Amino acid sequence: MDLRFTPEEVAFRDEVRAFIRDNLPVDIRERMRLGYSPRKQDTVTWQRILNKKGWATMSWPKEHGGPGWTAVQKMIFLEENQMAPAPEVSSFNITMLGPVLIQFGTDEQKKRYLPRAANLDDWWCQGFSEPGAGSDLASLKTAAKRDGDHYVVNGQKIWTSTAHHADWCFLLVRTNPNAAKRQEGISFLLVDMKTPGITVRPIISIDGSHHLNEVFFDDVRVPVENRVYEENKGWDVAKFLLGNERTGIARLGKSKERVASAKEMARTVREHGKSLIEDQAFRARVAQLEIDMKALEITQYRVVSAYEKQRDGRPDPLSSVLKVKGTELLQATTELAMDVGGPMSMPIWAEELATLSNEPDVGPEWATQATGSYLFLRAASIYGGTNEIQKNILTKAVLRL
Amino acid sequence: MDFSLSDEQRLLKDSVDRLMADRYAFDQRKAYFKEAGGWSAALWSQYAELGLLGLPFAEEYGGFGGGAVDVMLVMEAFGRALILEPYLATVVLGGTALRLGGSDAVKSRVLPAIADGSMKLAFAHGERQARYDVTDVMTTARKGGGGWVLDGAKSVVTHGDCADMLVVSARTSGERDDASGITLFLVDAKANGVARRGYTLRDEQRAAEISLSGVQTDTVLGEVGNGLALVERVMEAGIAAMAAESVGCMEALHAMTLEYSRTREQFGKPIGSNQVVQHRLAEMLMSMEQGRSMAMLAAMMVDEPDAGERAHNIAMAKVGIGQAGRFVSQNAVQLHGGIGMTEELAIGHYFRRCMVIERQFGDTAHYLARLAAEVA
Repeated sequence: MDLRFTPEEVAFRDEVRAFIRDNLPVDIRERMRLGYSPRKQDTVTWQRILNKKGWATMSWPKEHGGPGWTAVQKMIFLEENQMAPAPEVSSFNITMLGPVLIQFGTDEQKKRYLPRAANLDDWWCQGFSEPGAGSDLASLKTAAKRDGDHYVVNGQKIWTSTAHHADWCFLLVRTNPNAAKRQEGISFLLVDMKTPGITVRPIISIDGSHHLNEVFFDDVRVPVENRVYEENKGWDVAKFLLGNERTGIARLGKSKERVASAKEMARTVREHGKSLIEDQAFRARVAQLEIDMKALEITQYRVVSAYEKQRDGRPDPLSSVLKVKGTELLQATTELAMDVGGPMSMPIWAEELATLSNEPDVGPEWATQATGSYLFLRAASIYGGTNEIQKNILTKAVLRL
Repeated sequence: MDFSLSDEQRLLKDSVDRLMADRYAFDQRKAYFKEAGGWSAALWSQYAELGLLGLPFAEEYGGFGGGAVDVMLVMEAFGRALILEPYLATVVLGGTALRLGGSDAVKSRVLPAIADGSMKLAFAHGERQARYDVTDVMTTARKGGGGWVLDGAKSVVTHGDCADMLVVSARTSGERDDASGITLFLVDAKANGVARRGYTLRDEQRAAEISLSGVQTDTVLGEVGNGLALVERVMEAGIAAMAAESVGCMEALHAMTLEYSRTREQFGKPIGSNQVVQHRLAEMLMSMEQGRSMAMLAAMMVDEPDAGERAHNIAMAKVGIGQAGRFVSQNAVQLHGGIGMTEELAIGHYFRRCMVIERQFGDTAHYLARLAAEVA
């Protein structure tokens, strides 16, 4: 047992770090550093740079264009990329759709969709949640009725992140409303977002931004060849996808980057005649976060190493620990960053102010953005299976209660 | 990065687990506690036979050349069984002081005797006025009688009552709180001028107040006046070992609580069928796993050559393990309800061991403050 990186792993980390340093466009890094969510074009630009290097498809097997990294290398890459800070590759394309097609897709589907997903030529979104099917996903109602070579889809999806950017959607639909078990009547479809009958409506979230959408399907005709895996076996695909989704969900690099950024900003703000970084209560809070990040870092490596050895495709239920602890940390670190801003974290970074007058922003950009990401990341303990659902998973799979 | 155990380590773990399963059920433990000295001399011999008492020592000193991970595996098993014997005091604390600070002659004399079970040690550093301040040493040592003469008092010395030899810190120069001027000595516990008052700690482990009045010794461990670094190495090794022991305690606490939640029925169903109980158990599990990661970190750092890096990481582990131990043990009592409050049940005993471990060599607040000061 040795928790230190091997010389090869250190060399790999240095290679990744140097590549990101030399290739991440300066304007993208600067926006990320100030705490902005990446713009669509930023994500596209960076993912294409990574794809050219062969690194965008981190979680795909080598024979399907993945870089053939070990679990430790994957974690190193994720962390370096988050700490840079650089936009993360599209999780819809890379961690969700890609592995699903590789596992369940036909050769034709793989050929048609994988290269475009890798290069972000197609932006994918995830059509899973519905107004009546959140944590209880299997109760989804969006219906797909067979009509010759097509399914006709009717229903509504909600919380669909980036649907307004998306070219394609992977969609869970009910193909058999009469199945004995709800899970047995579900299918997994690939839907072109340009198909007539699809309406995307924005949902503005509490950070004031537009990430989320409602998506309505009104007699949307989807070719049967766009179904992944067997009809009514879509739940198996969804379970596989959600298992993959948890790998790397701790987003530890992001937390580390937020703490580093908060410390940097704390040097620039002053109270009681000294900079905030000198304040004992602030330092204790940072110390506690750094302790928690260290513990999670090791837990994460333990889980991914075990997952790699297991190789039966089933996610380690302990990955739920990563989800819960990782998102708790992410939320705590964004809280910290917001608190550094003090009163300057209250104003809305006003695009309206900027457009209505030539006045400068009220506070520093980072403070306004810190509040934005604090607000937005309240979602972290909700998406990807709420933290309460994760505890249910642990209860069933580990505690066997 | 590699989390796997070697074949030797798996064998070691299996043999300790087997011994604990055979000989250290909770009822057996109760009997050991009642023996003279508060622990089992028979088990001590068993540890010697299995090679556990010489585990971290080089083969030339009758040891097995084991590392921190081997000690971690043993301490986890000891934590699960909640052993009473002076393993930590003798092998880990005393052993580290000897291993890192003893001359070849001293090591040749003492380490084989530890390994064969004939000699027990204790680490006598803390003093009554010092709280967790590692430099607050008022015990003095002056040259005399062909060696050194020690005067002062040491407080809450774990297993100081049964030790044959004491590793004693004393000030050879400087003032109280000075980092320099501290020296470690090896002192015969039966030497003239040593007075010991033994007692039991909250966790049923033994300890002693030790006074030293004109005590003669000629054995210095490490460098005269530069003993603080060695004191810190000893404490770091102790923290790493106790972190693993704490993980063992947490495993036992979690397993017992889980089992109880399956069997205890209220309102016509097991209490473990309530989601509020399930989630609490899941949170205990997460806390324990984070603690386990920290125990691994501590083990990995014990032999780290960079002193700053080593101290920083072990301080993080100490906080992590302290917080995890508190969370798991408090909730184990809570989920057991009234029965968790009883002396009869093992739960409270594990609870108190976690509590004592958190206080050894500096508590959570102490290390959090240190880490806060180091934030850069």
